[in-house]
Amino acid sequence: MSAVASATIFLQRESFIYVLYIIAFALFIQGLRGLAGPTSAVRGNRTAAVGMAIAVIATLLNREEGNWGLIALGIAIGMAVGVPAARQVKMTAMPQMVALFNGVGGGAVALISWVEFRNYGNSYAQGKLLVTNVNPAGLHAFPGPGGIIGRAGVLHGVALSSGPPTYVAIFSVFAAIVGSISFWGSNIAFGKLQEILPGRPITLGAAQQAVNLVLLVLALAAGVDLVAGAHSQLLFIGMLVCAALLGNAVVLPIGGADMPVVISMLNAFTGLSAAATGVALNNPALIVAGMIVGASGSILTNLMAVAMNRSIPAIVAGGFGGTGAVEGASGAGEHAGTVRSTTAADAAIQLAYANRVVIVPGYGMAVAQAQHAVRELTKELEARGVEVSYAIHPVAGRMPGHMNVLLAEADVPYDQLKEMDDANPEFPRTDVALVIGANDVTNPAAKNTPSSPIYGMPILEVSDSASVIVIKRSMNPGFAGIENELYYEPKTTMLFGDAKTAVSEIAAELSQL
Amino acid sequence: MILASTLTTNLAILVLAGFIGFVVISKVPNTLHTPLMSGTNAIHGIVLLGGLLLLGLAGLSAFSKVLLVIAVAFGTINIVGGFLVTDRMLEMFKSKPKPPSHDGEGKDAGAAHGGQDGK
Repeated sequence: MSAVASATIFLQRESFIYVLYIIAFALFIQGLRGLAGPTSAVRGNRTAAVGMAIAVIATLLNREEGNWGLIALGIAIGMAVGVPAARQVKMTAMPQMVALFNGVGGGAVALISWVEFRNYGNSYAQGKLLVTNVNPAGLHAFPGPGGIIGRAGVLHGVALSSGPPTYVAIFSVFAAIVGSISFWGSNIAFGKLQEILPGRPITLGAAQQAVNLVLLVLALAAGVDLVAGAHSQLLFIGMLVCAALLGNAVVLPIGGADMPVVISMLNAFTGLSAAATGVALNNPALIVAGMIVGASGSILTNLMAVAMNRSIPAIVAGGFGGTGAVEGASGAGEHAGTVRSTTAADAAIQLAYANRVVIVPGYGMAVAQAQHAVRELTKELEARGVEVSYAIHPVAGRMPGHMNVLLAEADVPYDQLKEMDDANPEFPRTDVALVIGANDVTNPAAKNTPSSPIYGMPILEVSDSASVIVIKRSMNPGFAGIENELYYEPKTTMLFGDAKTAVSEIAAELSQL
Repeated sequence: MILASTLTTNLAILVLAGFIGFVVISKVPNTLHTPLMSGTNAIHGIVLLGGLLLLGLAGLSAFSKVLLVIAVAFGTINIVGGFLVTDRMLEMFKSKPKPPSHDGEGKDAGAAHGGQDGK
């Protein structure tokens, strides 16, 4: 036997592949640890990427691997779509990009489960067992249903002829349902954030809960039937369709303001479904990576929901915007006509003679790509001795950290960015709070109006400052569809216009003062 | 003697991985939540492996092959897109002054990060 041949055999050994998987998931964990700090995060992300490369290579070493042409085709298509998309996406469009990437992950899980089912169905029908092959890399490190029985499958063919080991079926069905929900839910989330679909809730009204429940029950019933040994393709497709409809039905009624929470939740879902696929395929790398994502996504979802004073069940049950829009509208009626608008020149003077200015950025800054203009304005103000800082609400923009990413892009020093708890005590000694395209996160109704749907949500208390300038495109309510009382306060002036244009104009006026 | 079956071993891995996920992630500061979501999003692209493994099976029907090629393409988009986007986001934090509060994890990175503030 030549050295090359024995080296090849060594590389294809099951235990070697298993070791590579262990290295891969160790790198995932280390990579996520790195993400804990802004300075180590880049390295952390790359560490995880290296882990991923190792996991993929290990899988391709599997001696049962075949269909190289198709593998190359799939990867080539994925690269051709994924790389340009990731390179070209604007920082402002990041939330929907994450939603889309999450969606395709969920879609992959659902498709894989479907093929698994088809494959089991066919092979069992033909009296052949594919359990040995389905166990990835022939990982029979442990005796048990997937290992011993798989190898001796023909002997046990009669006993197993009703289908794959029950637990494999359970996990596959779970992965298929959750993956399908995640795929469709993420696509809807993408559509809403990209404004292909309206950001306001689209709901079936009172029937919504019942419809969701029926869809869930149907999907589960189909799943149980499949686990019990039904081999109908139609049933499996029906289950996927029910889950798909459920994904649509759950996300469509959710108002845009809750969208970050939803994306995070779907991210956790995809992770869990990947872990389930891992159990079904007996693949440790899938189990560990999927489960870590499931756990982290759950924590993140909860953190976000807490920041908005929303409970996750309430978000999933829908109805953020429905009643809110009505109450907001009546609120608007009381206040109408007391809005004062200002000009860039006046705003510039107000800012120039302030000692302390706090900038409150929101989604409006992101859409207008105004972060660089904001940075220029800050420099102008600092040159005049004005103390400038930024107050960042945890859910400003449409994702936690969204504003930080944008402002970091514009070279705003990290220490000028204040989180809500640090920023709020500072407002009473602030001369001007400059609100740039932020709405719901500054709405005093969250503190003062118990009937408001956002009542109880922590806000940036900009109305504590001596005066407030709000840059906004129009008087339209924000993403949550709720009127903002702040705009009607006597100390507030409104500067209507695109955030970037308005900020640039203020900066231009400042430089002429 | 109690023999661990494939299932129980995998369940043990599942549970332990869940706890690791909770512990590791709980430490991430708010400001990094978007990159974190994006990074973990890339990691669940690991389902690509499932597609690769199943493509290795003999006797797949043409339809199964089509499904699997789509699954592999999806998984690849998830992975490369996720990591690249996360990298782009994080690059923006890289050349910034060190944030005021830091725990152990940040220290060595801070040192490796000397000549910053590039424009």
